[in-house]
Amino acid sequence: MSAQATTSSQDPALLVRNLSFYYGDFKGLSNINMEVARNKVTAFIGPSGCGKSTLLRTFNRMYDLYPGQRAEGDIMFNGKNLLDKKQDVNLVRAKIGMVFQKPTPFPMTIYENIAFGVRLYERLSKSAMDDRVEWALKKAALWGEVKDKLQQNGLSLSGGQQQRLCIARAVAVKPDIVLLDEPTSALDPISTAKIEELIYELKVDYTIAIVTHNMQQAARISDYTAFMYLGELIEMDETDQLFLKPRVKQTEDYITGRFG
Amino acid sequence: MMNLYTRRIWINRIGITLSMVAMSLGLIGLMWILWTLFSRGFAALSIDMFTQDTPAPGSEGGGLRNAIVGSGLILLFSMLISTPIGILAGIYLAEYGRISKFASFTRFMTDIMLSAPSIVIGLFVYAIFVVKTGGFSGWAGSLALALIAIPVVVRTTENMLKLVPTSLREAAFAVGAPRWQVSLKVTLRAVKSGVVTGVLLAMARITGETAPLLFTALNNQFFSAQMSEPMANLPVVIFQFALSPYDNWINLAWGGALLIALLVLAVNIGVRVAFRQKIKR
Repeated sequence: MSAQATTSSQDPALLVRNLSFYYGDFKGLSNINMEVARNKVTAFIGPSGCGKSTLLRTFNRMYDLYPGQRAEGDIMFNGKNLLDKKQDVNLVRAKIGMVFQKPTPFPMTIYENIAFGVRLYERLSKSAMDDRVEWALKKAALWGEVKDKLQQNGLSLSGGQQQRLCIARAVAVKPDIVLLDEPTSALDPISTAKIEELIYELKVDYTIAIVTHNMQQAARISDYTAFMYLGELIEMDETDQLFLKPRVKQTEDYITGRFG
Repeated sequence: MMNLYTRRIWINRIGITLSMVAMSLGLIGLMWILWTLFSRGFAALSIDMFTQDTPAPGSEGGGLRNAIVGSGLILLFSMLISTPIGILAGIYLAEYGRISKFASFTRFMTDIMLSAPSIVIGLFVYAIFVVKTGGFSGWAGSLALALIAIPVVVRTTENMLKLVPTSLREAAFAVGAPRWQVSLKVTLRAVKSGVVTGVLLAMARITGETAPLLFTALNNQFFSAQMSEPMANLPVVIFQFALSPYDNWINLAWGGALLIALLVLAVNIGVRVAFRQKIKR
């Protein structure tokens, strides 16, 4: 009963068709069909091992790093299939940024953390780069806290600040989509609140896809929510709809805490 | 029950005593070596040792200036050869080859090189370099020492890179960086101090190597900074002088041995101190 989950947007940022994913012989995702709406927040929820992170990692072909992992089907992005063998993965990743569960600042200064990604695809003057770094840090609501210590090592920041630095880093290269893989699960409640606020602001300019194991978080920040279970997309709908009036029994059981 | 308990206490005492004895035997040996080296070596130390060259047989005085400079040059060039090769090969193993057949083969060969007797390396360089270029030279010495240092640098670099968490590597790929940028600018930088440690320990390892230099750099009684000529160096001078009948030569051998020991000790202690501070921070 794999759902044809659709959103009402005419021009989705990502269009997933018949996507299956394999870890060697193990099928991690089966026949996923869905859309990620432009300039909206789409949340993926489900119990551990349901494939939500796996799905997110197909969107920027992160699985390519590991031999034995492969995806079949189509993920249409700007009129092209992301899964096409000829597709340049580095270009994909420059357009579809990602923030991970654990903050991962690069072992360099705060300034360089942001500039590193920008330099890969743009040749900016010193002052233009300064502006870009400031812009990105402001976008991530971190500028006020770090503007006097841009030359300090990124690892010297607190966990919540490191995570916002990672968001700034992802935003700095001006991607179309930002993928967030449980971005707050390693953070304290105050840092989490800051990041959630940030996600809400970011969707004005970016399409956001977020994996979370926290249903309240999905309910708070997302426009659309997709519920996954055992590698299948069970139900996807507007967030309010999914949480208030789920159409599928499994979804209802999960969001009411009967399993998971 | 009391009986069992006292029995256990006695077994414990015997165990501790035996291990203390074993430890002191090892420590006594080490202290003995260091004591002999330090007392004889410091007795031989003088300004002349650094300002004069190795003396001719039968002549008075003399120093080690040519051997010190020679050793320095040979070491410098061997590290210049082995550091880039070793680090790049380590990057290949950890970031590119990983579990491929070729990488496993390279790893296996590196392990063999690590435990290869240094005299074999010396003979190898003698056969393919000294004989072909028509004579002993500083270059041949550097080459032989580099061959010993390379596997050390390769393995430490690879092991350090393996400690980099996958998440950091993925994060670097996630901004669209190609693999070479990820390797050089992110993962290698994350383990910079560990790799530097590896390079320094490799240097310490080859500082006292004698056998490979016997067939390659040979020795030179005179001062020479010509890498293409036979070159004086501390290990070979120590080897020859210590076996000589002349008192001033034997003295110089002790002085040279002390210099090498101090250098190796300084590198080891320096690396440890630097590394410990890094971890504390």
